[in-house]
Amino acid sequence: MAVEGAVASRSGLRSALPLLAPAYLWLTVAIFLPLSAMVFFSFMTELPLSGKPWAFTLGNYAAFFSQSLYLTLLLASLRLGLEVTLWCVVIGYPAAYVLAKVLKGRSREAIFLLVILPFWSNGLVRIFSWAMVLRQGGILDTALNAVLPFKINIDLMYSYPAVIIGLVHSYVPYMVLTCYLTLQAIDDSLIEAGRSLGASRLQVLKRVIIPLSMPGLVAGAALIFVPVVGSFMEPRILGGRTGTFYGTVIEDQFVAVFNWPLGAALSFILLAVVLVILAVASPVLRRAA
Amino acid sequence: MAGVQVSNVSRSFGAHKALDDVSIDFADGGFYALLGPSGSGKTTLLRQIAGFDFPDSGRIAIGGESVERVPVEKRRIGMVFQNYALFPNMSVADNVAFGLSVRGEAKPVIATEVQRALDLVQLGKLGGRRPHQLSGGQRQRVALARAIVTKPRVLLLDEPLGALDKALRVDMQIELKRIQREIGITTIFVTHDQEEALTMSDRIGILRDGRVVQEGPPEEIYDRPKSEFAATFLGDANIFRGDSTGNGIRLPDGTAIAAGVGATLAAGAKASCAVRPERIRIATDGGASDGNANTLKGQVSKRIFAGNNSTYFVERAGQTLKVIVQNTGADRLAEGQDVVLRWSPESTVLIAAG
Ligand SMILES: Nc1ncnc2c1ncn2[C@@H]1O[C@H](COP(=O)(O)OP(=O)(O)O)[C@@H](O)[C@H]1O
Ligand SMILES: [Mg+2]
Repeated sequence: MAVEGAVASRSGLRSALPLLAPAYLWLTVAIFLPLSAMVFFSFMTELPLSGKPWAFTLGNYAAFFSQSLYLTLLLASLRLGLEVTLWCVVIGYPAAYVLAKVLKGRSREAIFLLVILPFWSNGLVRIFSWAMVLRQGGILDTALNAVLPFKINIDLMYSYPAVIIGLVHSYVPYMVLTCYLTLQAIDDSLIEAGRSLGASRLQVLKRVIIPLSMPGLVAGAALIFVPVVGSFMEPRILGGRTGTFYGTVIEDQFVAVFNWPLGAALSFILLAVVLVILAVASPVLRRAA
Repeated sequence: MAGVQVSNVSRSFGAHKALDDVSIDFADGGFYALLGPSGSGKTTLLRQIAGFDFPDSGRIAIGGESVERVPVEKRRIGMVFQNYALFPNMSVADNVAFGLSVRGEAKPVIATEVQRALDLVQLGKLGGRRPHQLSGGQRQRVALARAIVTKPRVLLLDEPLGALDKALRVDMQIELKRIQREIGITTIFVTHDQEEALTMSDRIGILRDGRVVQEGPPEEIYDRPKSEFAATFLGDANIFRGDSTGNGIRLPDGTAIAAGVGATLAAGAKASCAVRPERIRIATDGGASDGNANTLKGQVSKRIFAGNNSTYFVERAGQTLKVIVQNTGADRLAEGQDVVLRWSPESTVLIAAG
């Protein structure tokens, strides 16, 4: 029986090969090759394409440790990632709950579309529209002053909150979607069972729903935290001079200073840090779930 | 513990009346079955009592206390769901402990009570398992233990055995009945299985299209159904339709059938008679005609042998009648044979045409 099973699964794998091949080819060409080129660059003194003489070095990695600026910026970016993720949970989870458990039929579809919309709009358009909303004399400022009896000045442009707002807006759909999927899978009768046993809505939420939707929260958090830590567009456009983060420094190396090796080294340090954080966090989160 | 009074409760979904002026008095400590076809409003009625849904009109009282404005979690009910609804993120023991724990009971108290409840459903050793590691019957027991550990005033069960196979179902019926008797809790049990309703309950309420068709002890409903629907839904019945003669009916072909029980009807009104298949005697000859028995001639069209008994299908004036005969070893009748059917008026229930 066991042998037969092994044979069957091997022949299953063989028949699956033609199906898997395109995926592997794509992964090789689109991710593995460029990424290995970048690993290669990160150990060079100069970019070989520039024509200058080059040699192997660890200097690009050493640069990170020799200047405290990089560490400071990395910590700032990690904090940014954490804050944006938290706001996405605070905004996205209740939205997902309402979508999955309260709304039905057409109204659910309509709200869903509203949630997904930022997903489909161009990132730059999204960010510049926030710029128009947040700046002094902008839409938010004008609207609030039109409604409120007293004069206030809203100028969030080029500030940390502006960066947070822009990033949360860009990334909250991930949280809504992952949480929606796990919440959707929770049978309503579990909620009713909890209430029939004397638990208030809040107790049911705390003891049943949140633990059961943990996988969605974790997946959403990972999907948001990682790109936000390396983000550069929102910080640069909405943050202005306050918007210098680890991601913008990496971007500078590639588009302004043309020091690709340093940029590559800084990215891989970020990747390593993020992987360590995820590795440390995952058992804790798994236990919570 | 407490009884439940449902008075004139109606509940509509859009234009559809799921419950239409339902009144039932569920006695303290009784085992009550709500029986009806799918869509008849059984679940809806149970949800009104539990407090998951609220009636458009009417009153519901538990233990004499009106509960219309009391939310589910304050009603002190226990509920067992058809799909068990065990919390998959908790162990069996934690599932059972849930109700006590949200109430803020002390840890040692919870541990003792949980163990007692698990012992009661004979799962004392499985507290550490996860729900997905249990069989269907075991999950059902956990759901029951979880529902009764908080000592609720009423136990509500919505087709709790529906997902189990036949043998396990019968085991669980006996088990459930034992536990119910042991703790003496008022129990309302929803089922669409008439046999289950008959064997388990002290009283049965038959629902149809959101209305209570008939309500009473199983024997009473079985022996004296008040409608054709009740007669055919609870057990099997032969139905004759004709015009009332006051103490029976006259069939369209002129044959009179005398009825000894049932409604009192004015002569001439449309009426039916119901006769249970096991009350009819079947014979091949015209002899042994006892005085006032109802007698019909017919022809056997089919026989189904079921071991301890046989069911004969007898054709008579375009109607197929069912007769159940105990297997006493006497001669069996062949298909196509002419037969005479006899039964007493006391076995014949007169029913107003519905
Ligand atoms: N939430 C609801 N919304 C709309 N219709 C409902 C709802 N709940 C029940 N119904 C309708 O009410 C009727 C009775 O349903 P139900 O009480 O579930 O029947 P049963 O449990 O006897 O099978 C059905 O026709 C059903 O479609
Ligand atoms: Mg139902």
